[in-house]
Amino acid sequence: MYDKGKIIAGLIIFLGLVTLPFFYNKEKASSKPEPSLDTPGIQQMSQPQCVKSADFMRANHMKLLNEWRDSVVRDGQRAYGIIDDVKYDKSLQKTCMHCHSNKKAFCDRCHSYANVSVYCWDCHIEPDN
Amino acid sequence: MKINRREFLKMAGASTLLGIGGGSIFELLAPGKVEASSKEKPAGRRAAMVIDMSKFDADEYKRCIEACHTTHNVPQIPDPKHEVKWLWTENFENAFPGHADEYMAERLAGNPFLVLCNHCQNPPCVRVCPTKATFKRKDGIVAMDYHRCIGCRFCMAACPFGARSFNWNDPRPFIKELNKEFPTRTKGVVEKCNFCVERLSNGDLPACVEASNGALIFGDLGDSSSEVRKALRENYAIRRKSELGTYPSVYYIIGR
Repeated sequence: MYDKGKIIAGLIIFLGLVTLPFFYNKEKASSKPEPSLDTPGIQQMSQPQCVKSADFMRANHMKLLNEWRDSVVRDGQRAYGIIDDVKYDKSLQKTCMHCHSNKKAFCDRCHSYANVSVYCWDCHIEPDN
Repeated sequence: MKINRREFLKMAGASTLLGIGGGSIFELLAPGKVEASSKEKPAGRRAAMVIDMSKFDADEYKRCIEACHTTHNVPQIPDPKHEVKWLWTENFENAFPGHADEYMAERLAGNPFLVLCNHCQNPPCVRVCPTKATFKRKDGIVAMDYHRCIGCRFCMAACPFGARSFNWNDPRPFIKELNKEFPTRTKGVVEKCNFCVERLSNGDLPACVEASNGALIFGDLGDSSSEVRKALRENYAIRRKSELGTYPSVYYIIGR
C-alpha cells in the first residue's frame, strides 16, 4: 500500500472528528424537558385536569388534535363534552391554550427537545404571555 | 376466433346503435343521473343570504365589511395584487356584467354592491380542488380546510366571482387587531368568506348580517318559513352570473 502512514493517519483523524460529538457529550445526559403547568388557568382549578389523562395526552395529543380538527372543520362538531360542569369545545386556541397559556414553557419545551417543528402557529394565534 | 365480414359488420352496427342509444337507456333507468347538473336541485338545508340594496347607505357597507374583517382576521393589504377579500364592494357593471346599460338607474350605476362568496349550490371551486380542502357542507356552505390547502389556486381560476384570495405573503403584519378567538391564515393558502360557520354553530347570525341593520338577511333556503324565503317571495331578486349554472346562494333585491 502506498502512502500507508498518510492514509491511516487520515482515517484516524476522520474517525475522531465523526465520533467527536459522542465523546463531547459523554456522561452529560441533556436534561429531560419539563413542560410547565404553572399557569393562571390551571392554578384556578381546584382539581387540575385535562380533557384526557396526562398519560394519554403525552402520547397522543397530536392525534387528538387531528381528530378535533377534522371533526370541527369537516363535520362542524365543535362541542367536546362536559367535564365537572365545565363545557369544553374542540379548539386549540380557545380550549387547550386557555389553560396552557404558556406556549413557550409547555409546547415548545418538548417540541424543541424532540426536534419537532409544528405548523400550528402559522395560523393559530398563540396566547400573549 | 374466426369471423367473416358479414358477422363483423353486424357486430359493428349493433355496437354503434348501442352507443347512440346508450344515453337514452341510462335516462330511462336512472332519470336525471347522467346530466351532471342541468337543474337546480330542490334545497335540503341550504344557507343563503339576501342583500336588500334599497336599505343600504355608504356607511352600512363599511360597517359590514369592518365587522367581517375584524371577526376573521382578514388582512388589509394595500397592494391590490396581493389583497385579501372576504366581503367587499363592486360596481354594478362588474358585479352583474351584461345587466348594466347606458340608461340604467343612476342609483345603481353610482352605488357599490356588496359582494362575497356566493356559496353556490354547484360550486366549481369544490370540483377542481385536488385535495378536497374546499368542500360543501351539509348545510350548503362552501367551506375551506386551510390545513389541507396546498395553494394550487385552481379554485381561484374556477370561481367566476373572484371570491377567493391567495396569501402571497404572511398576512399577520397586515392585520390591525388580532381577534384571538379565530385563527389567521398563512402564506401559501387561498381564503374566502366562510359564511361565519363558527358563529352559526353558536346560534349567532353572520357578523355582516348582525352589523347591517336588516339590510342583509340570512337563513335557510330549504325552509319555506325562513326569513330569506319570505324576502324572496315578496321581492324580485337577482343573482350574480346565474347563467353560468353555479346557482349562487346570495340574492340581491335591487329595490325600487
